Amino acid sequence: MATGTTMTKDAILKVEHLSMKFGGLMAINDFSFEAKRGEITALIGPNGAGKTTVFNCITGFYKPTMGMITLSRENGNEFLLERLRDFEINKVAGVSRTFQNIRLFSGLTVLENLLVAQHNVLMKASGFTVLGLLGLPAYKTAAKEAIDKARYWLELADLIDRADDPAGDLSYGAQRRLEIARAMCTGPELLCLDEPAAGLNPKESLTLNTLLRTIRDGGTSLLLIEHDMSVVMEISDHVVVLEYGQKISDGTPDHVKNDPKVIAAYLGVEDDEVEAIEEKLDEGTV
Amino acid sequence: MAYTTENNQSGVMTKAIKEGIFAGVIALGMFLLFVGIETYQDINNQLVWRTRWGLLGVFVAVAAIGRFVTVGFIKPHLDSRKLAKAKTGVLEISDEKGFFRTHFLKIALIFLLCYPFLAMLIFGRQGSLKYVDNFGIQILIYVMLAWGLNIVVGLAGLLDLGYVAFYAVGAYSYALLSAHFGFSFWLLLPMAGILAALWGIILGFPVLRLRGDYLAIVTLAFGEIIRLVLINWTDVTRGTFGISGIEKATFFGIWSFDVGAANNFNKAWGLPSSSVYYKMFLFYIILALCMLTAYVTIRLRRMPIGRAWEALREDEIACRSLGINTVTTKLTAFATGAMFGGFAGSFFAARQGFVSPESFVFLESAVILAIVVLGGMGSLTGIAIAAVVMVGGTELLREMEFLKHVFGPDFTPELYRMLLFGLAMVIVMLFKPRGFVGTREPTAFLKERKAVSGSFTKEGHG
Ligand SMILES: Nc1ncnc2c1ncn2[C@@H]1O[C@H](COP(=O)(O)OP(=O)(O)O)[C@@H](O)[C@H]1O
Ligand SMILES: [Mg+2]
Repeated sequence: MATGTTMTKDAILKVEHLSMKFGGLMAINDFSFEAKRGEITALIGPNGAGKTTVFNCITGFYKPTMGMITLSRENGNEFLLERLRDFEINKVAGVSRTFQNIRLFSGLTVLENLLVAQHNVLMKASGFTVLGLLGLPAYKTAAKEAIDKARYWLELADLIDRADDPAGDLSYGAQRRLEIARAMCTGPELLCLDEPAAGLNPKESLTLNTLLRTIRDGGTSLLLIEHDMSVVMEISDHVVVLEYGQKISDGTPDHVKNDPKVIAAYLGVEDDEVEAIEEKLDEGTV
Repeated sequence: MAYTTENNQSGVMTKAIKEGIFAGVIALGMFLLFVGIETYQDINNQLVWRTRWGLLGVFVAVAAIGRFVTVGFIKPHLDSRKLAKAKTGVLEISDEKGFFRTHFLKIALIFLLCYPFLAMLIFGRQGSLKYVDNFGIQILIYVMLAWGLNIVVGLAGLLDLGYVAFYAVGAYSYALLSAHFGFSFWLLLPMAGILAALWGIILGFPVLRLRGDYLAIVTLAFGEIIRLVLINWTDVTRGTFGISGIEKATFFGIWSFDVGAANNFNKAWGLPSSSVYYKMFLFYIILALCMLTAYVTIRLRRMPIGRAWEALREDEIACRSLGINTVTTKLTAFATGAMFGGFAGSFFAARQGFVSPESFVFLESAVILAIVVLGGMGSLTGIAIAAVVMVGGTELLREMEFLKHVFGPDFTPELYRMLLFGLAMVIVMLFKPRGFVGTREPTAFLKERKAVSGSFTKEGHG
């Protein structure tokens, strides 16, 4: 990453004044943050803080009540995600995601899951099915390339031995890795992961961290939701903390870790006590 | 084993007798009024009643003996077989298949190719008519329809209760266009398919936003609307009278099957005049159409669009997150399924020479859907077997004259068609809840092609 350090990192995703209302509930309230290209950005916060809702706004599953979400691709194209149709966010803007409650095609095999993810590339290669039906060689090479790409990700996700088994037959940790591999097979520039470490045992958690770092080093930016602080601190370059739909902290893992507001949010301390801690910290630093 | 002793044997027998008697009593209670007593109108148009103790006796005996045999013999036999298998360590699901299983499709195809000639050899020229037409062509039409619907229901997971509408569009397209413009069967066959596909898209646009039950209801309504239009638009469709005298299919324009025509097929080949040759020709056409449907389905499943259909059935939200346009994907499934319905419809019109709205009632949609579900959603082989069992079975019922000796001379077995159809469905669903072929063939593999168990696949949700 010699060039990565010298190059000033630009923002791949800019979320500005995002608000989302469900009935009377303000799930997200005037939330702004940036995710830098080539970094792992973590979005953390207690349960019910609105992290998944932010994801759903970014990836087009919810239409935000207010706000602007801008994605800049490497080639300079910019997209306002809230204006795109749900499938275009992946197809045109290059954002892919996983789900908090895993959504695999459980009746398809592991390999097929990864081939479905390459739908748009293969569709074009098959001349929107017509040329492929006639058995043209262009489609055959594209299909072979798709399998090679799938094999590459299966190896990285340590799933190569399970390639021909139904996805529903995998263990929980393997299903998580498959969902990430499937999202990567769409060739995204930004990968959004919703609590990828939830429910994993320590060993699975460790392999996951390696996989995420590999993905980042391969040039894909990551946006990652987590409510377990310890996982986040280890792998993320930049952390944004959300509580009750509002940003309470934003910065490097070290900065966030020592932010009294974050500590209060995670320990469930009252507001006046937060102020008390803040005062103490201020006194200490001065 | 210690517990398969004499003692246990007699225990099973007493249990079987007890349960048999119990089943008999329940059957008696259930059928006493339904079967034992019959009301009818006599010559003076008065409603009177009479008893049918004999028939009631048959019902009760079947229930009692059936239960006795099941509990006393069949279950112990199955249990001991399972036990023996468990002891030898052979898994229930064995990978090894016999010669017949591995070559089943080839054998079936060869049999179908020879079928009309076999029928003619065995039953003579006129005798074979029934076998080629009532069994062969009839079953193959349903195979084709069910394979077409399978794309929509089995692959894409969209519950379509109005499939017969596309069948009707195909049939009327052929009937009307050939009557008004004199186009030939071979031109109108693809046109009917394209028209039906167009209707599939027209229906699809407003409907595909709906999901699950709502989609099912709206497609059902669409089927009924088409039928009502056919009944009421009398200027064009002649309403309930239907359209008759539809032109026959020609031998690719070279020979005609019309009796009076100069290039009559039978005359040209020096064959005796008989309609059986036309039926045989039709048999091969529908066989070819079925093969086309199967080929296209198999090819499409291995293409991105087919995989997207199946992914849609598994999880629509995940599909969208992967950049798949679910609306166009659903539309193509609808249109492709409708196209095959249209092909089958135009063939139907050419075969019958007559179409009327009567042929396109909801029951037809239900039967086609039942075949798809019974066969195992998505499996071509399973669906073909289900079509043979269901359609062939109901045709066989017509043949069962001997039942009249059992149930009396006014017994018409055809009337019990739907009853038996339902019964068969319940039984199959009890023992094979995923249909005859519950497993799914993967469309791609790295090392080996392993069938996916039905417990992992989903049915879709509209
Ligand atoms: N579709 C929805 N309809 C109504 N309320 C919702 C919906 N989705 C989320 N919420 C509410 O928004 C808040 C944030 O939820 P969520 O984003 O899932 O939190 P997190 O992922 O941080 O645990 C919760 O109070 C939740 O009940
Ligand atoms: Mg969440």
